[in-house]
Amino acid sequence: MALWTAATQADTVGGVPARFVAAPASTAEAAEVLRAAADDDLAVVVRGGGSKLDWGLPPRRLDLIVDTRNLTGVVEHAAGDLIMVVRAGTPLAGLDLPGQQLALDPSLPGATIGGTVAANTSGPRRLAYGTVRDLLIGITVVRPGGMVARSGGKVVKNVAGYDLGKLFTGSYGTLGLITECAFRLHPRPAARALVVRTAPADRIGALLAAVRAEQVVPAAVEIDAPADGPVTLAVLVEGTPAGVRDRAATLCKALGAEETDELPPWWGAYPWARAGMKLTAPLSRVPDLLSCGVALRGSAGTGVLYADVPVDTAPAVVERLRATAIRAGGHGVVLTAPQHVRERIDMWGPVPGLELMRRVKDQFDPGHRFAPGRFVGGI
Amino acid sequence: MTTLERLAVALRSGLGADRVISDRQELRTYECDGLAHYRVTPGLVVLPRDAAECARTVRACVEADVPFVARGSGTGLSGGALPHADGVLIVTSKMRAIVEVAPQDERAVVEPGVINLHVTHAATPAGYYYAPDPSSQQICSIGGNVAENSGGAHCLKYGFTVNHVIGAQIVTPDGDLVELGGRAPDTPGYDLLGAFVGSEGTLGIATRVTVRLTRLPESVRTLLAAFGTTDQAGAATSAIIAAGVVPAAVEMMDALAIEAAEAAVACGYPAGAGAVLIVELDGPLAEVEAQFEQVTALCEQNGAFELRIAADPAERALFWKGRKSAFAAVGRISPDYIVQDGVIPRTALPEVLHRIGEVSRAHGVRVANVFHAGDGNLHPLVLFDDGVPGQAERAEEVSGAIIDLCIEYGGSITGEHGVGMDKAKYMPRMFTADDLETMQLLRCAFDPAGLANPGKVFPTPRLCGEVPRRRKATEADPAELF
Repeated sequence: MALWTAATQADTVGGVPARFVAAPASTAEAAEVLRAAADDDLAVVVRGGGSKLDWGLPPRRLDLIVDTRNLTGVVEHAAGDLIMVVRAGTPLAGLDLPGQQLALDPSLPGATIGGTVAANTSGPRRLAYGTVRDLLIGITVVRPGGMVARSGGKVVKNVAGYDLGKLFTGSYGTLGLITECAFRLHPRPAARALVVRTAPADRIGALLAAVRAEQVVPAAVEIDAPADGPVTLAVLVEGTPAGVRDRAATLCKALGAEETDELPPWWGAYPWARAGMKLTAPLSRVPDLLSCGVALRGSAGTGVLYADVPVDTAPAVVERLRATAIRAGGHGVVLTAPQHVRERIDMWGPVPGLELMRRVKDQFDPGHRFAPGRFVGGI
Repeated sequence: MTTLERLAVALRSGLGADRVISDRQELRTYECDGLAHYRVTPGLVVLPRDAAECARTVRACVEADVPFVARGSGTGLSGGALPHADGVLIVTSKMRAIVEVAPQDERAVVEPGVINLHVTHAATPAGYYYAPDPSSQQICSIGGNVAENSGGAHCLKYGFTVNHVIGAQIVTPDGDLVELGGRAPDTPGYDLLGAFVGSEGTLGIATRVTVRLTRLPESVRTLLAAFGTTDQAGAATSAIIAAGVVPAAVEMMDALAIEAAEAAVACGYPAGAGAVLIVELDGPLAEVEAQFEQVTALCEQNGAFELRIAADPAERALFWKGRKSAFAAVGRISPDYIVQDGVIPRTALPEVLHRIGEVSRAHGVRVANVFHAGDGNLHPLVLFDDGVPGQAERAEEVSGAIIDLCIEYGGSITGEHGVGMDKAKYMPRMFTADDLETMQLLRCAFDPAGLANPGKVFPTPRLCGEVPRRRKATEADPAELF
């Protein structure tokens, strides 16, 4: 059987057309595909659900899309051990784990496990559960030359060897193909409540500090800030019914807020229409990011906000938002933008440690065939 | 002059005479870490005062092509800080400044020699603490914790060092100072910080570390439950986890470990217990109260014959004293012992304990079991008398057999002590040659010359000069082949 088929017109990445598409159904098949691709010096981009294929820069060259649609399914769910092993092409939403959860909030419809790891996306509950790096306990990858390698394992506590899972998390497909991931799971909380307060932007800093001052251990502290007008702060608590009731009451009092069971429609959704940025800041400087004249949304409780960048004023707005974030001690990264905007902006901003990153790339992908140019510094 | 002597001269003139130790007697102070049966006198010891001096030391090593090993407090249990006889031991004990405590950002910035517990002490007045708590937290250093990705009793709920370190300035094996991560989350680019934490000193030396501070919990409740057998205690642990409770800690000790702890610190655990569990819950008051009732009931349902609830911090400390002193306490019941560190899936606990018992009986070697039951991290203590011929070898066999059991049950050869010198030989049992080769790509990116802590973690070093790449014969110009 042929290892790949001819690409269709739909098989593009950032506007760059591919020549072939392969959809291996196992790690072994994927290794075979990648060995052959290496022999033919093919440039490769890995595609999951395609929900973030417009993130990063377009590849400098592209021959083969490796699609993970046939690499699906839960390999193992050890409920008593609170772990699961899952294939990379499995959709993140809709995992069936009775009484338990993989505590990663899906940020875009159709996102797969592999894409979530490779793009390191996170949602509101990162405050309570951390991000991919905190939950991924083992990884199986196929290197650009076709060699299969594993690191970590199936137990949460494990310090044997280098943790390649960390390296592949957020690597944008530039180091190899992720085929399987092992995750730590959490029990599904018995109860939850949301406490919501709308206030002028200049009050948000004080309200965030008020949340931190209470012993409520929030699962998420989110804000939704339109380009102008008041900001909505929403705090999620999870736990036992009695504990949640108590904590929600404390929050209502501290914030002068209302309790609700319903998550607002903007919860965990990116705020952008066409171009979006991720802005980070230390907790006390999150208010600095507000009042920038663009719509912002995200995890104020961890210092991660997303911005809707107006396309017509993009270069100036990107620079201004990035400068604000850097002054605050964080970063500003453009996640997605229409091609004509990308050409006029720096997507990533300053990247400390870039020289070491280039060396890592050179080791893992010496031919620079995997997602070339998609990542920081042209990696 | 030898290379090391020339290096000593250069470092003395560069850093000051008092920063460099070359006296044989003084060097011997540093001949081992917490795993004392491996001993190597270092060629030279350097005690830098700051990051710049640390970087200069590494650069001098690179120029002289001399290997270097970093050492914090020297409490590691896998020989990770075992010196190199022809190399430089870089000791961070003079780098002990707590640079900043920023509760408003839930961050602290510290130098690598800072003692783990001192971070908590510095943060407590503001209502915060540093969550990773290895049993050695009163003496171990943050730099060592970063190198080993140290855990502790409370990592069941709070995670390990890697989950609490969000930035580090490191000296690369080239001698450059590089910032990884930062004060804000999700730095763009590869997560080199995540890969660096736990790399056991083979990717460089942390010279400044930014850690996450955690809010002190509103409420802490600690329960000591005594069971007739480890099976019952294991079943209780599984029941607690299955009920959806995530305790801050679940610790187990078996009868022999209890006997040792009693002899050493008179912790007053219930008499006649075949196993004790310490279960700790922390968090908001209402949450803890609700879950504590559940946990108490589950222990009773699974056969606990005595339950004690710590009435105050003093009693809580006493519960923990027995557990935290267990390693040293074993010295009271055996002249020599090996501390093993392996991980199994939690649900395999009863079965693996029976298998360990069989191995122990078959070899005539006693094994005391202490473990972080909540996450399946075993610390079997293999007892022997080095004075009796053959016993040390038998103990080694038992210790190795326990590691094999961990692998057989899908676990790990180390949960928190690291691979270091001690377990490099076991790595091929857990990972394939391809896995190990792939891990070493990272090593080659950071340290192509292989000077940073050589001989640790990997049984066979990879030569970094040869970058494997499949080439077609037609691809190369014949002139290139010769």
